[in-house]
Amino acid sequence: MSAVAEPKTEKNYLNVDYSIKSWLTTLDHKRIGILYLVAITIFFMVGGFMALLIRTELATPQGDLLSSDQYNRAFTMHGVVLIFFFLLPSTPAVLGNFLLPIMIGARDVAFPKLNLASWYAFMIGGTLGVISLVLGGIDTGWTFYAPYSSNFSNTPVVWAIAGAFVAGFGNIATAVNFIVTIHKMRAPGLTWFRLPLFVWAQYATAVIGVLGTPVIAITIFLVAFERLTGMGIFDPARGGDPILMQHLFWFYSHPAVYIMILPAMGVTSEMIAAASQKRVFGYEFVAFSSLAIAIIGFLVWGHHLFVSGQSVFAGLVFSVLTFIVAIPSAIKTFNWVATMYKGNLQMNTPMFWAVAFLGLFLIGGLTGLFLSSLATDIHLHDTYFVVAHFHYIMVGGAIIGFIGGLHFWWPKITGRMYPESWGKAGAIMVFTGFSLTFLPQFVLGQLGMPRRYHTYPEEFQILHVLSTGGAYLLGFAMTTIIVYLAWSAKYGKPAPPNPWKAKGLEWETPSPPPTENFTYKVVVTEPAYNYHKDSGGHH
Amino acid sequence: MSTETQEHDPLLAHQFEDVEQQTDSYVLGMWVFLVTEVLFFGGMILAFILYRNMYFPAFAEAHQKLDWRLGGVNTIVLLTSSFTMAMAVWASQKRDYGKQLMFLTITVLCALAFLVIKYFEYSAKFEHHLVPGTNFHFDGQNQNGVQLFFGLYFALTGLHGFHVLVGVLVIGVLMFRVWKLRKQEQDYVPTELVGLYWHFVDIVWIFLYPMLYLLGGVHI
Amino acid sequence: MHGHISSPATFIKTFIILLILMAVTVLVATKDLGWLNTPIAMAIAICKTAFVVLFFMGLKYSSRLSQVWAGVGLLFFIILIGLTIPDYLTRHDLPGWSE
Ligand SMILES: [Cu+2]
Repeated sequence: MSAVAEPKTEKNYLNVDYSIKSWLTTLDHKRIGILYLVAITIFFMVGGFMALLIRTELATPQGDLLSSDQYNRAFTMHGVVLIFFFLLPSTPAVLGNFLLPIMIGARDVAFPKLNLASWYAFMIGGTLGVISLVLGGIDTGWTFYAPYSSNFSNTPVVWAIAGAFVAGFGNIATAVNFIVTIHKMRAPGLTWFRLPLFVWAQYATAVIGVLGTPVIAITIFLVAFERLTGMGIFDPARGGDPILMQHLFWFYSHPAVYIMILPAMGVTSEMIAAASQKRVFGYEFVAFSSLAIAIIGFLVWGHHLFVSGQSVFAGLVFSVLTFIVAIPSAIKTFNWVATMYKGNLQMNTPMFWAVAFLGLFLIGGLTGLFLSSLATDIHLHDTYFVVAHFHYIMVGGAIIGFIGGLHFWWPKITGRMYPESWGKAGAIMVFTGFSLTFLPQFVLGQLGMPRRYHTYPEEFQILHVLSTGGAYLLGFAMTTIIVYLAWSAKYGKPAPPNPWKAKGLEWETPSPPPTENFTYKVVVTEPAYNYHKDSGGHH
Repeated sequence: MSTETQEHDPLLAHQFEDVEQQTDSYVLGMWVFLVTEVLFFGGMILAFILYRNMYFPAFAEAHQKLDWRLGGVNTIVLLTSSFTMAMAVWASQKRDYGKQLMFLTITVLCALAFLVIKYFEYSAKFEHHLVPGTNFHFDGQNQNGVQLFFGLYFALTGLHGFHVLVGVLVIGVLMFRVWKLRKQEQDYVPTELVGLYWHFVDIVWIFLYPMLYLLGGVHI
Repeated sequence: MHGHISSPATFIKTFIILLILMAVTVLVATKDLGWLNTPIAMAIAICKTAFVVLFFMGLKYSSRLSQVWAGVGLLFFIILIGLTIPDYLTRHDLPGWSE
């Protein structure tokens, strides 16, 4: 991705050195962001391939392509790879690394060496995950529920756990780095309420990473410990309590959903403000709602245990708390819509992605309310309704936000424009393919189709075929996007510093930026999204 | 590169504007890291609290197999090392590198003493088949509870011991640095950061000792 | 936070208090006080931690930001424990928890 075809007179972070070694030892946050981008693209393709395997199997009611055992491994690896090795580092580590220091007017993150070490931790974790895949893949589900994962599964569970564990420490290091960077490295004049909302979202995300990740680390450590020693911390036959494992797992893994979605919300705020040429409506509310989501998100994990044997009382408490966490998300959604209202809307590619995000995230969020109410959850638990809800948040929200952000900042990252018509076509295809894949799954779940089965009664076939067709369209769309983005990095037409007429420090420096990000000393004198003030003068 | 504008301070990394920003960043980073450590041990401590209540008789019986005197000695050893570590930071701030090295040496010796005592405790458990796994053997009715106790005992003290080991390595590297640069003015921040980490390791033990060794009472 | 250098006297006093608390906690463990043993042991451990954090680690003189973050660590540990234990208290089919 390092290619800038014709030599330019200006030095930037890409053309300063082309050697492989300069990339693998770089301390430049922008280059580290690109390293992440390359790595997670590979994991994305692996996980996406698993998804297509699963959907192909499900095109027919019988198990013909995969055996039930292979099917278990396919959906587990799909989840493990895409969650631990793609989604968790996606927006935070790629766009966050690239943009955060620029957006706050700093030369780099607070700890550049730690930043590079995080990437290596991620790569070591990813390699361990790949080893578990090469050894046949694991079949526990991405949740590693004990005691199946600890004392019964005959698959290389410890490899996958070690991978998630090591990659987790990469996430923690990145989160510590970002927290310190945002607190301590802001340019003079850049107060908290002048920060772009993407930075607020990254801060909230990092808070979750710091508080939650160590708990999952210790949880899966105990699972591996139990598996290796044969003792019974979570195995009821030996006195342990499997529900404790679920408590600990979801203490992290529910907030982890916000690690994936919050940065995408931050991206959306930036894209909508730029495409509306307006200050984000209710800036302070959107900013604080990120923090509120981060904090309240830690109080709701028990909604994953409604039918696991958790007490009814605890279920009630967690149900109420879960309803509360919907409020800050709703605040954001209303404010985005209000930002667009009477805005000077630019229907460019980032706006297409932002609108796709809004619609799909809305559906994902609202269906979450069905699942947070105790009574309906008993009917819907472990059905395709949950699968659909989860993917609306993870794909419709997090991935679409990420890809949208990639388009929005692609000119800045590569110094090249992608083909605009392809960008719009990509957004439309992803939206269509996604909806076709997952809308039918809501119906399937409500009709009683359980998740994680590779065969099903014939009356479900029509809905499954729709879903499989949608998955192929989605796969085609994603491939197209990867191809034209990669192509444009080399052959696209050169990008101006600010192709969207957007506000924000990253748009005031050349595309691509110089190694030190700015050639002048940054001093901020105006609020974020100061669109109506005037046209020309900044800094 | 636009770094020519600032005066060249060898103690200042390029991404920072001034030493104060750098110091604040490192100290804050350390505190945030320690927060992750709190939750890392916190998950296991939660498991311990729950099982201790579920299997209290078994846990009370099992803990008699631990030597509270050895654990107590180790507590005093770690408290002492914390004290000398605090003194090392003080010496570093006063730029008295001779004293600093002396205090760091005592700290490392304490850490090693802790590990040696731990080693003897562990080998006794192996001899008595109290290590969870296929060789585990305990006469009595509370097999499951006792095995849970020892499982958590090894997980908690093992991870804590690992932190002590890391501490020994980090303090060793720090001592080497201080010794090498003893003739010139040094930044006290690395010592302060190592100190923060080391005090945290001490705090974990402050909780582990009563939880594991004193639970259910001891007899002199 | 810069400029503040604690005196060795503070550290020595802290160290002595920690040793006394250590002796007290062992002493209490030798007496059978019924259900009170555990709360007392934990209260002493919390006291000791407070002395280490405030004086050895110098949190008392640290920046407000470090203080807030230390508090956040404590708060979220309490959340983890505080939202899990009620489940066990109300489950009624577990040994040791049901009334
Ligand atoms: Cu959840």
